[in-house]
Amino acid sequence: MNQPSASTMRVRDTDFRVDQYGAGSTTLLFLHGSDGRESWGEVPGRLAGGARCLVPEHPGYGGTDAPAWLDNVADLANFYLEFIERQSLGRVHLVGHDLGGWIAAEMAVRNSSALASLTLVSAQGIHVEDVPVVDVFLRTDEELWTDSVFDAALARELAGAPRSDAQDLAAIRNKEVTARLTWQPRAHDPHLAKWLHRISVPTLVAWGAEDRILPPAYAEAWAGRVAGAERQDIARCGHLPALEKPAELASAIAQFTSSSRSHNA
Amino acid sequence: MKFFNFHLMPYRHADLQAIERNASAWVTFSNRHYDPQLGAELYHEYLDQMEYADRLGFDGVCLNEHHQTAYGLMPTPGVLAGALARSVKKAQIAILGRALPLLNNPLSVAEEFAILDNLTRGRFIAGFVRGIGAEYHAMGINPAESQARFQEAHDLIVRAWAEPGPFSYTGKYYQFKYVNPWPRPYQSPRPPIWVPSQGSSSTIEWAARLRYTYCQTLSPIETVAKFFSMYREQALRNGYEASNEQLAWSNCIYVAETDEKAVREAKPHLEALMGTLLKMPMEMLLPPGYTNIEAMKRIKATRAGGFNKKPQTIDDLMKAGVVIVGSPATVREKLAEYERLAGFGTVLTKTQFGTMPDDMTRANMAAIAEEIIPHFRTQPKTAA
Repeated sequence: MNQPSASTMRVRDTDFRVDQYGAGSTTLLFLHGSDGRESWGEVPGRLAGGARCLVPEHPGYGGTDAPAWLDNVADLANFYLEFIERQSLGRVHLVGHDLGGWIAAEMAVRNSSALASLTLVSAQGIHVEDVPVVDVFLRTDEELWTDSVFDAALARELAGAPRSDAQDLAAIRNKEVTARLTWQPRAHDPHLAKWLHRISVPTLVAWGAEDRILPPAYAEAWAGRVAGAERQDIARCGHLPALEKPAELASAIAQFTSSSRSHNA
Repeated sequence: MKFFNFHLMPYRHADLQAIERNASAWVTFSNRHYDPQLGAELYHEYLDQMEYADRLGFDGVCLNEHHQTAYGLMPTPGVLAGALARSVKKAQIAILGRALPLLNNPLSVAEEFAILDNLTRGRFIAGFVRGIGAEYHAMGINPAESQARFQEAHDLIVRAWAEPGPFSYTGKYYQFKYVNPWPRPYQSPRPPIWVPSQGSSSTIEWAARLRYTYCQTLSPIETVAKFFSMYREQALRNGYEASNEQLAWSNCIYVAETDEKAVREAKPHLEALMGTLLKMPMEMLLPPGYTNIEAMKRIKATRAGGFNKKPQTIDDLMKAGVVIVGSPATVREKLAEYERLAGFGTVLTKTQFGTMPDDMTRANMAAIAEEIIPHFRTQPKTAA
């Protein structure tokens, strides 16, 4: 499997880690969800043939100190738009999962011209009425694995995986920053949905068909609000396609970004 | 020593087994279990008990604030303090306290407390807390902002009381073009401020610095003593010696004719409070950001506070000095011993706890008033 090179980047006053897989003129930028950078699993590595995959770690995640300016998702959207500009990344294929999907959608609303395409994987950011979702802040870590993963055996394996003290500490901090960003209104911004029509790049909505954290009704709502959005449902998969169905997710992203590359060209 | 009658106003008719099945009496325990006929009677029963405490010679009565729980029926304690302000004639009335971070408008507390201070002609004590973690689930307030909102709301309220208005206030969480509350507090410059806490070192440090009375919530007496010494050390660091008047211990006391009778009578009610009404999953008690990382790590390692922890029996609680239960002589002896150990000027005593019915509660209150309080009115160190 493709090994990343990790580097520390700086935007304004904030240092943060960015893992890079592969190289090339095409850039895929992966924004992780509540569980942190590692929850992308092997997906960026699988896509590194012929493209540069950048996997940043949001400031405040992975055991880092949350910067004083970090209050909400819009802060991170502006932060990554600034990152794209400063690094002269050109138009990136932006891929966001869960919280990262919310950040990605917020970026696309603010400046679609920074993007070549947008992929939302099990994305937070909008609210769908009358669809039961899991209160992730009232679940134990073990329960969350069960809620998040369709395959019960895999859920047990992930829940039981040994973790270092540093990983435990990072997980506590991840949860704290996630609460700061998503507690209220819970995992969405009521002002985001009304501007989603401004997203003017090819958009893919990829979703685990068995997602209980954010059920597929959310995929439908995203696809209905972003003009021309394509949908890719992933069978027998919960809220973490990158861990549960990495091959399927990677292949969906590869197909979509290569076709939107030809659209743009 | 001063004796305050601290009421939690529990929904004492709650179906304890239903609470156990729900793993908590808080937030997710359906209010279908609340019967308004019984609830209305409870409010009157409890307010009558508070008035009785006044007549018995307790120095004060205490209320507090909790939301969406059978543990306590006082989401808006000011309403109940208002109901008592004219009928409680001599005792002080303390709200310990309002949970400031839950408020979207802290000025409403500046106003509410100022009214109560006027109504009682200066017998009011203002308590400020952050609220327990469950409150953040119940009220939709971000726990990661809890500390910062508390500080800002506190600063605004105290300024609104002390500084003539109108002035404007622009904080991160609260902004007001005009801060000019009517009425002003009756006491000058403001009512006494008491700060209850489970023992957070930053809260103790802060309370000592501002010379606020620190109230330790239900804890083993050794722990109480440790936190009170921390307060005294912090006071010295701030250039003064703290008096016992600045320290209050929150406990449960139950008195009956004999030790055996007292334990037998108190047991089911105390265990209902500690083992059922107070319990909740760790995720509910400590939402992310509510407490610091070190505490979270420690708690995660032990998973303390959850239902999976072995419930404490009345014997455990008595042995640890969380509560005092016994004959008048035993209770006097223990209270004097704990006073010598920890040093406090006030006890905030739950005379009703858990499922305890009215007749037992009143007998307990009368026994405390007759058999205990008089012995602690002079020279507390040689009492009993």
